[in-house]
Amino acid sequence: MTPFEYIRAGSCDEALAAAGAPGSAFIAGGTNLLDLMKHEVMTPARLVDISRLDLAGIAPTDAGTGAGTGAGTGAGLRIGALVPNSELAADPLVRRRWPLLSRALLAGASGQLRNKATTGGNLLQRTRCYYFYDTAMPCNKRQPGSGCAAREGFNRIHAILGASDACIATHPSDMAVALRALSAEVELLAPGGGRRQVPLAGFYRLPGETPQIETVLEPGEMIAAVLLPPPEGDRQIYRKVRDRASYAFALVSVAACLRMEAGRIAAAALAFGGLAPMPWRSAKVEAALIGEAPSPALFDHAADLLLAEARGQGHNDFKIPLARRTLAAVLAEACSEEMPA
Amino acid sequence: MTRHLKLDGPDTSRRLDGMAQGVLGRGEPRPEGALKVTGRALYTGDRQPAGAAHGALVRATITRGRVTALNAAPVLAMPGVLAVIDDPRLVRHSGPGGQPNPPEADARSVVYHGQPVALVVAETPEQARHAARALRPDYAPEDAVTDPEDPRAPVDLPEKKQASTGDLDSAIETADVVIDRSYRTASMSAAAMEPHATLAEWEGDRLTLHGTLQMLAVARAQLAAALQIGEDRIRILAPHVGGGFGSKLGITPETVAAAIAARQIGRPVYVVCARPEALEMVSRRSETLQRIRLAADESGRLTGIGHESLVSNLPGQSFSEPVQQATHFTYEAAHRRIVHRVARVHRMMAGPVRAPGEAVGATVFECAMDELADRLGLCPVALRLRNIPKAEPVSGRPYSSNMLAACLTEGARRFGWDERHAAPRARREGEWWIGMGMASAVRVNLVMEAKARVTLHPEATALVETDMTDIGTGSYAVLTQIAAELLGLPMQAVATVLGDTELPKSSGSGGSFGAASTGTAVYLACMELRSRLAEAMGCPEPDLTLKDGHAIHANTRRPIGELMGRALMQAEGHVTPGDATGKVRQATWGAHFAEVAVNAATGETRLRRMQGTFAAGRILNAQTARSQLLGGMIWGIGMALTEELVHDARDGHVVNRDLAEYHLPVNADVPALEVHLLEETDDWATPMQAKGIGELGICGAGAAILNAIHNACGVRVRSFPATLDKVLAGLEQAEAEAAG
Ligand SMILES: Cc1cc2nc3c(=O)[nH]c(=O)nc-3n(C[C@H](O)[C@H](O)[C@H](O)COP(=O)(O)OP(=O)(O)OC[C@H]3O[C@@H](n4cnc5c(N)ncnc54)[C@H](O)[C@@H]3O)c2cc1C
Repeated sequence: MTPFEYIRAGSCDEALAAAGAPGSAFIAGGTNLLDLMKHEVMTPARLVDISRLDLAGIAPTDAGTGAGTGAGTGAGLRIGALVPNSELAADPLVRRRWPLLSRALLAGASGQLRNKATTGGNLLQRTRCYYFYDTAMPCNKRQPGSGCAAREGFNRIHAILGASDACIATHPSDMAVALRALSAEVELLAPGGGRRQVPLAGFYRLPGETPQIETVLEPGEMIAAVLLPPPEGDRQIYRKVRDRASYAFALVSVAACLRMEAGRIAAAALAFGGLAPMPWRSAKVEAALIGEAPSPALFDHAADLLLAEARGQGHNDFKIPLARRTLAAVLAEACSEEMPA
Repeated sequence: MTRHLKLDGPDTSRRLDGMAQGVLGRGEPRPEGALKVTGRALYTGDRQPAGAAHGALVRATITRGRVTALNAAPVLAMPGVLAVIDDPRLVRHSGPGGQPNPPEADARSVVYHGQPVALVVAETPEQARHAARALRPDYAPEDAVTDPEDPRAPVDLPEKKQASTGDLDSAIETADVVIDRSYRTASMSAAAMEPHATLAEWEGDRLTLHGTLQMLAVARAQLAAALQIGEDRIRILAPHVGGGFGSKLGITPETVAAAIAARQIGRPVYVVCARPEALEMVSRRSETLQRIRLAADESGRLTGIGHESLVSNLPGQSFSEPVQQATHFTYEAAHRRIVHRVARVHRMMAGPVRAPGEAVGATVFECAMDELADRLGLCPVALRLRNIPKAEPVSGRPYSSNMLAACLTEGARRFGWDERHAAPRARREGEWWIGMGMASAVRVNLVMEAKARVTLHPEATALVETDMTDIGTGSYAVLTQIAAELLGLPMQAVATVLGDTELPKSSGSGGSFGAASTGTAVYLACMELRSRLAEAMGCPEPDLTLKDGHAIHANTRRPIGELMGRALMQAEGHVTPGDATGKVRQATWGAHFAEVAVNAATGETRLRRMQGTFAAGRILNAQTARSQLLGGMIWGIGMALTEELVHDARDGHVVNRDLAEYHLPVNADVPALEVHLLEETDDWATPMQAKGIGELGICGAGAAILNAIHNACGVRVRSFPATLDKVLAGLEQAEAEAAG
């Protein structure tokens, strides 16, 4: 670990002011950042501790706008950036209306970690690529221009979609996959006092030539909240496929939020984890499903669309059939009669 | 006075049956348990004495070659840095398990990626680690072969490990049924919970070292040789060790480095390894490639057994995973061939890890037996029962005891094996295929030389002293129980002091031999004390009853203090292995049964239940014995489903160097496990009839799971671990075949 300055922020303004200096990083739960600092994968010169800020509330909002904390119609939800993962998963409203989110959270990490991990920190956790973690190895994400050790290395957990020659790492978050399917937006505070709202769809960036830049966050910008619109579907599933029964990152995960009408798929939002550098969502896949009656052939067609551009790296070739089969299993379950709506 | 016993033959006196205290065998709690759960048991890393400096190893970023320049100057100028240690005595890898010779010195010569080449010492651990990372030596790299299956890898065939009887080739030609399959098992890590750590402190020319070590006398001999000083100048302390599983059998690189650094800077020096160091530097279980050939007649009688293996280690290392250790004596067959090859590759050293040999060898063999049963259309349990030898094949030695049939039969009954469908894909629940599998468990039984001292105090308390370690296994409990039972004292009246090289030299912990070997030394010391008490009581020892601090004979009952004339009594026990091992085949036995669910969509396997039935001599502590067997079975789950130390094909380095990516089974992977212990009296084992138990549970366990996967979904995975991608490939292949 390298020495760093530690500042405990008493207010958002203080935090934003302190984080303006180059080399600063926010620390929330610390469950990811501290590991990375111990390995010297990240070496911030200044830590701005935001864990005591007043951003730990969960409140209903007006549909769509996210405005008016607490006073809205209750159609949407505003989740403070510091809400712990375990609290969010257990929230009665979330469990009732966005069970997908609750399940995705509970599929991640462990009880202890979820108690500490925050909503904002979870969105910004870094990849689990082995070579990113090993400072003896080249990694364009850790050290731009040094090369990618994973492409020719052991890449069983790596991306089959959205990767670039510079980086094939995946985004590890389960929560973000659920939020992507739920069309969440992220509220950001800028150092100068600005506030903006970015859909999760536009929040993450593909690696391209600059895998070190993972989101559209500007330097010093802070996540204040995550905003959920009303769910588009009442049939919600989070399916995580992994190497052990618990406490492992997703090889493939599928978040599904569907609505059925008269035996046909009326609404479908599907997001995928473990496949790409960001939670993956395909408009084509959803369009192909909507208005159709469920059938194995339809699910296969959806998988064709999802995986048209998929490219295995060698050790992770299995993710292509695995994604296809998992998607089919999830859709079959979501469309089934037994699925409690 | 010392009572010595060389184990040349059976001891049929079964003296323990005649004892009266009634503590031995019971599931007594560990005497040190409360200390451990309240954080007061100080492990090496907990001691943190004032004034200690902290070391961090600098590790090679090439696979093979030499350090041509260390480039220490910029690092020496970094905050807090006290020294960069580049002593020619620094060692490259861990010491060999159980042998006094030291690991190879000259750390500037690199033989695997991640090898320590120097030690940075600083005021804080953070400064030391940062500086060690910042140090960038110059290297002259050389070409290195890291894959044991690379045709360029030099291969040894150690003479003692090859064996051939009869004519396997013609047995195969004339057999009704032949199985010829190759299997792979992965490199694995001992992954002990406590990281390797050393605290070294010199007083003049005497070194006191706290370490994480399983065998203290061996460690002291290795360390003395490495430091080039006399053993009498070294004291090693390891009162609590947080798991070892073989990875702490010898000294590790940080042991030597800390000792040299402490001497050089004149302060105590701590080197606590980080998790990646345990996973990529200390030692590993070798990967194996095993070809099994089985020839059988149509009734399922084996006529031929071929077991060929390829394992690996660094050049010059004498240890090679003894894959076929149990193949020699588990099943009958007239024609047999064993071929053992060792590829010399530049991967981290391979060493003994829990049940070296059988853990992977018996497990793979049991998979092949399942394939044979399948081909014969025979019940897998029946196939095993049909092939249990009357005496050890080839040598003709009798078994001291062979409980395999009893374990198989009893295990099958308790598990409900008769509910298994013989054909795969016969049971389905939703998305899941359900199946059952089984395997035999077998493990050689070892006894090592051991000494212990027991002091009896007139106020009816006793002190047991030996340099034995407790690596989480329950040594404190078991040795205390043995003394309490033989001396007729309650548990609380006996104190056991372990983990100090100043004490009589024990077997140490390893190879499952700890409790039986050192326990026998305690037994002998106590028997000597009993003889003296009997003399004072005026009766032969076998007629003496000791209970609750009193001696009882005929109608007399006297406090033992009175008998002792108020003076303390001391005796040493000393056991050495003798001819018994040559006269009979000794082993421990068991059978595993598993039920799994395999997801038809994703290939995920979830173990639903598992049961092990074992016979391992006299059980000294029902609770710690059960824990050992459970632990072994859980290791079997890991071997079967999740654990693999992945080596990068380019440089051999370990890719998954933390416990997030080296997948040990977690609670959710471990369903209700059942352990049954069958009574076994093996008079050849030790005068206590106790045998090794710490490793038996892993032997064969993984095979029961892989065999169950086949029974569930029809997929044979012949490469451990059976991760979902491998099962999925089999499912897809079967679907493609079915679709024509
Ligand atoms: C062993 C292990 C297993 C795990 N398994 C899983 C799993 O299966 N699935 C899964 O999804 N996750 C898993 N996790 C990851 C876990 O979910 C994350 O570590 C956690 O969510 C991060 O939250 P945090 O608050 O601790 O973030 P921190 O570590 O505090 O921060 C993470 C990053 O976010 C930044 N940051 C934090 N808050 C803000 C904010 N409000 N605004 C701007 N920047 C911010 C920090 O600067 C830092 O870069 C695992 C973690 C571990 C250690």
